[in-house]
Parts: sequence; structure tokens; C-alpha cells
Amino acid sequence: MSATTSAAEIAAATGGGSAAAVAQARRWYWQRISAMVLAVCVLVHLVVIVYAVRGGLSADEILGRTRGNWGFAAFYAVFVVASAVHVPVGIANIAREWGGLGEGAAAWLGRAFALLLLVMGLRAVVAVVT
Amino acid sequence: MKLRSDARAHRHPAWWAFALHRLSGLALAVFLPLHFWALGRALHGNAALDGFLRFADRPLFKFAEWGLVVLLALHMTGGVRLLLIEFGPWSGLRKNWIAAAAGAAALAGLAFALALVV
Repeated sequence: MSATTSAAEIAAATGGGSAAAVAQARRWYWQRISAMVLAVCVLVHLVVIVYAVRGGLSADEILGRTRGNWGFAAFYAVFVVASAVHVPVGIANIAREWGGLGEGAAAWLGRAFALLLLVMGLRAVVAVVT
Repeated sequence: MKLRSDARAHRHPAWWAFALHRLSGLALAVFLPLHFWALGRALHGNAALDGFLRFADRPLFKFAEWGLVVLLALHMTGGVRLLLIEFGPWSGLRKNWIAAAAGAAALAGLAFALALVV
């Protein structure tokens, strides 16, 4: 299945109207909505990366910018949440299409990965802001 | 109906764009928990984070970081191409946008490499 398959095509290909097709279309939708948020986040993050690595990375330099910076915290919290929505959909697709996992197992793998990213990502935001 | 792709499809630029998008996404997904863990070192103080940053300050890590920046830019620009195809007024595979996505990724890679050496 190509990455450009539309929700309607997915529904048609998987038997149209079944619960699995609706779930797959919903995942497709959330992957795209989160992608729109992530496109902006990644663009900003790339600028931050290039700015930050100039002259080498040091904890004092990084944390000096991030500690107590609530705008930074809000931006990266949104980034983490959008990633936790976006990444698991792709992981589940790859597990199903390339890894041979069943529909249910792939969905659970996605949920576990979502939880992992959400907990570890928000923990990282707390770590550098507080 | 099972959707299949064969060798002819694999010779198409749009298939390579799809494969690169998927592989870059997978690499970024694997990297993210490690990235979050490394930043989480700051919970134990500046010295703990600095310890990791010093450990990672070696050519192999810098090269890997450069690769991740390129993959991130590639995944983003490739993803924007998909969004424009799916939600924009255009139709077709937009092969010229594949080239634009690759160019934007190369630009990000150069900017990062330049920032590393100045």
C-alpha cells in the first residue's frame, strides 16, 4: 500500500465499512493531522538544532536556555504529543506490512510505542525546563 | 483485495520516495526514545547531561547526528509532499516535489555540517 492511498481507497481495499476499515481510516486521518503540526515543529526544531550545535553542545548552555522557559516547554510538549500520535501509526503500518504482524498485534505495538514516546518525551521536557 | 507492488513499481521515483519516507520514519522512531533518555539525564543535574554530551562528542556520533538531521528534513519535506498531494488542489505523484524534498534535506544537512565546524 502506498503512502498516498486515500482513506476511501483504504476502506475499499479492506472490505469497506468494516470496523477494521474505519479504524484504519481513522489512523490515516490522525497521522495526517499530526503531520501538519509536526511539519511546523520540525522546521522550528531544525533551526534550533543548527543554532544550538554552533560551538559545540554543553549542558550549561542548553539548560541555560531552557530552564524556566515556559514557551519552550509548551512548544516541545506539543511536539512530543504530536509525535506520540504520528509515530505509532507508522510503526503499526510497518509491523503489519513488512513485519507480518496481525492487525491486533500491530495495533497494540502502536499503543505501547505511543505510551513510551509520551512518557519519555514529556519527562525529557520536564527535565530540561524545571 | 490485496495491494501488491512489483519490480516495475520499484523502479518508479515515487516508490523510492515512499521507501525513503518509511525508512527515515523508522530510523527517527528508533532514535526518539534514545533522544528523550539523553535529555532526561538533566533530571539528575547539569553534570549528568554534560557527561552524556561529552560521551557523544566524537566523530561517529556527530556523523550519526548529521544523518538524523538529514533524515528528519527528508521525512518532513517528503511528508509535506504527501500532504500537498492528498489535501492540495494538485493531482498526480508530483515527482518534481521529490527532487525539491531531496534538495531541502541536502540544505539542512549542509547547514548542520557548517554549524558543527564553526
